[in-house]
Formats: sequence, structure tokens, C-alpha cells
Amino acid sequence: MRHLVILGGGTAGTMIANKLRRRLRTDEWAITVVDRDDEHHYQPGYLFLPFHAYSRDEIVRSRHRFIADGIRLVYDEVDRVSPTDRTVHLGSGHTLGYDYLVIATGTTPRPDQTPGLLGAEWRRSIFDFYTLEGAQGLSEALDTFDHGRLVVHIAELPIKCPVAPLEFTFLAEAWLRARGLRDRVELVYVTPLDGAFTRPVASARLGGMLAERKIDLVTDFMVERVDPDRKVLVSYDEREVAFDLLVTVPVNMGADFVARSGLGDELQYVTVDKYTLVHPAYDTIFAVGDASNIPTSKAGSVAHFSTDVFVRNFLEHVEGRPMTESFDGHANCFVESGDDKALLLDFNYDTEPLPGRYPFPLVGPLSLLEESRANHLGKLAFRHLYWNVLLPGRPVPLPAHMSLIGKRAPHSEEARP
Amino acid sequence: MTTTTIDGRTVHVNDEGFLTDPAEWDEGLATTLATRIGIELTDEHWKAIRFLRDDYAVQGETATLRRISTVGGVPVKTLFQLFPQKPAKKLAYVAGLPKPHGCV
Repeated sequence: MRHLVILGGGTAGTMIANKLRRRLRTDEWAITVVDRDDEHHYQPGYLFLPFHAYSRDEIVRSRHRFIADGIRLVYDEVDRVSPTDRTVHLGSGHTLGYDYLVIATGTTPRPDQTPGLLGAEWRRSIFDFYTLEGAQGLSEALDTFDHGRLVVHIAELPIKCPVAPLEFTFLAEAWLRARGLRDRVELVYVTPLDGAFTRPVASARLGGMLAERKIDLVTDFMVERVDPDRKVLVSYDEREVAFDLLVTVPVNMGADFVARSGLGDELQYVTVDKYTLVHPAYDTIFAVGDASNIPTSKAGSVAHFSTDVFVRNFLEHVEGRPMTESFDGHANCFVESGDDKALLLDFNYDTEPLPGRYPFPLVGPLSLLEESRANHLGKLAFRHLYWNVLLPGRPVPLPAHMSLIGKRAPHSEEARP
Repeated sequence: MTTTTIDGRTVHVNDEGFLTDPAEWDEGLATTLATRIGIELTDEHWKAIRFLRDDYAVQGETATLRRISTVGGVPVKTLFQLFPQKPAKKLAYVAGLPKPHGCV
């Protein structure tokens, strides 16, 4: 009997377990999923909590309900992995031997990494919205916030769902406008990047949307510390941004056991080959989803597209055959822009987000890099697709690889560092 | 992609002036590139530049500020003093490497 152990029962781990359970014979393979609790969170929903668009029940479900029969689910912490003797040491002291290991423990916001962030103002005038508690606390804070400086801030990249802070900003602007408070609030977007977003075409488009909404953009701001007494962000080059209400995206890091096991990079993301997701030193270890160090978005769409590629490769790999599929870094993200509209971005390792149509090139019905109500409805509909189709590992009629058909790249501008 | 002449040598650059072939770089070129953006290189600059070059040779990616700090031993604070305002971009420019992937 061979044993596949999957660390993490989130988006990637659950999809992989369910897909592979159907493909691997039950008399030949045991599958175990390890997670610390029985709460599966639909994380894209956090964004809407502060604006009362979703309730907790729509976001949190029982984890075990989404894990198919024939898969063992173990609730425990992971202490470390010993790759040479293929053993997982659990927090309880138990061990799990494996033939193959998939690390899908995601990425976690770490406010402890920025001095002052967890000081006296944490969850009083400083909130994150990448945790349920943070988003709920922010919801209460926004209800009573009626004037002053609202600062949205990214500590360092990469972060989970890199468009979410922009979406939060657009939604906050629309929310304040709807409540007649927009003129009494100064909105500021603070980023370590040199523009609103990473790649040029999307950065220009999204930066333009910030300007249209009279949201100040502070770039190249790498936070060193937060001064809770004076309520300012301080950068490494001694610049300061004052806030009355700070919505921060803390430094994101992979799980601590990844570092303890010697499997990760400086942010504790598991080092893998970006096309096959296999660890370069151990061909029995894969990392899928946010937990890996592949250079694309940390996003559910990447987990989904890469899972399709991973499953086909894994079946070849365990038979001793070469892996024939190659992941292209494909990601797509809906970007809520307020007033019940959204944009859609579609990109991969080599091609930045460009205008075009999706999922059918030239036809759509969704338009890329343009605001539309259809995109917004697509984003809302996605929650049902997530619980009912994606997690159970049912086929989704979207191609894993990105299409270039119908996309056009505007000419890039001359620039100097 | 175009070519340009630096120190009497023809090198390949992108539209932002970054070298596109790391093999065309040498330490003399770094001094000239640094001068172009108003930086005079000291030993401390060189420590960061050499780490970036060595790390790129192994990893195939330009190191982030965090990596230069935690692995290369040059604190982020120092990097901002050595290469003001945009240390990641300026350092890559001087070291003849691609801009670090602002991971999308």
C-alpha cells in the first residue's frame, strides 16, 4: 500500500485529495490530509465582510464535508518534515510516513514581522482583512468611521491575492460615497511597488482608476515600523504616512514548519520547479497553491489551474514515467471596482494582464481589464462554484493554460530607473 | 530590445536601460552604470552587488530586498541608504540583472 500525505486541507489540498482519490486505486493508495482544524474559509469572501455584503455563514464551512470518502483527515499541527526518511512529525508527537508528500499549507499574514503593528492600536485603529477576525473587526470600525485619513497599505510582496488591497480601496471609496462621507475622508493607497500594480499595463489602468477616484497613491514605500502612539507608518528611508484608520496587508509568509524542515526560501515558501511543482532535491515532495515559491500570484485561480496540471503529472510520476505537463503560471483575478462592477485580469509567467475577452477569446462574455457588471456578477457567482464544483474536484470548463488569442499589448513607454 | 554603447562596448539593453544579457556585465561596467544614476560605489555597495550576481547565477532570479538582507547580510535599511528611493531596481540596474519580479 502506498501512502500520499497532503499537508493542508484548504483550496489546493482539498482539490488534490478529491481528484486523486478518484484516480488512484483504493487497494493501492491511502490518502491522508492533515489540517489543524475543521474550518474551511472561503477567503475571497473576507473582502466583502467589512461592507456587510456577506455573513460569516457564507464564508465558513466544515472542512471535512468537502473531503471525499476514502480520504483520512487528521487534525493536528505539523512540527516538521524529514525528507530523507519520508516522515511527517506532527505537533501531537505522532508521525506519518509517506511515499509522496504534497505541501499545501498556504501563506499567512504575519503582523508580528513589522515592529509596532501589534501594538496598542492593533484592532483598534489598525486592521487586516485577510483573517475572519480582522475583517469582522474592520466592519465594526468602518461603521463608526465618518472622517479622517483612511490608509490602505501593503507591507511587502508577495501577498495572497495581490489585487485585494486595490479592491478593498475601490469598495471603500464607493461605500463612503454611498453614505455621503466621501468628502470627509482622505483615502491613501501605500505600496512598496512603483505603481498601483506589478505589471505595466494593469498598473497604468488600475493607477488611473485610483486617480479618477481621487485616491492618493504613495509608491516605493517599504514599511520599517509602525508608530502606534503617533499613528504613522515609517518607511526604511524615513518617510512617514499618517493614518486615522489603517487597513494593512501584513508581510505574508509560508508555514513555520517549512523553514524548520529546510524546504523553503527566505519567506518560508517551498522551493519547487515552477513548471512541475516538484522539489528540486526531493522528487517525493511537491508544493501546490500559495505554499510554493512559483513566481505567479498567490491566488485560488492559480491553485485551481496548477492542480489540473499537477494531477496529470503526479499520475505519470508515480508510475516512474517522466512528467509531460508543464504549468504556465496561469492566473485570473476578478477585481471589484465598486458600484457593482469589476474588472478581470488574466495572465501567466510570461504574459502580463492585457485587454481581451474571457473565457472564450474574442467572444467573452467577460471582458479583461475593463470594468463591467458582468465581471462583478461573475465574481459573486464564483462562491457557489467554489463550494460545489471546485472543492469537490469536479471538472470546471476553463482551460488550465492561458490563451493569447485576441489579446493586444499596448506599446510600452521609455523609462529609466 | 536594443543595443547601446557603454564604455566603448556594445551591450544589449531593454527599454528601461537594463542589461538583458548578464554575461555582458563586468565590474567596470557597474561603475559606469552607477555613475549614470548618481551613485559612487563603495565597498558596501559592492557587497550587495556581488551577492546579487552570485545569487542570480545559482537561482536564475534577481534577489528581493528581503533575500539580500536575510541571505546576503546587507540590512534593508542600509540598502535604502546605498541605493536611495528604489534600491531593488537600482541595484539590479547596476548589477546588470533583470528587475526583480514584482510577483503578481
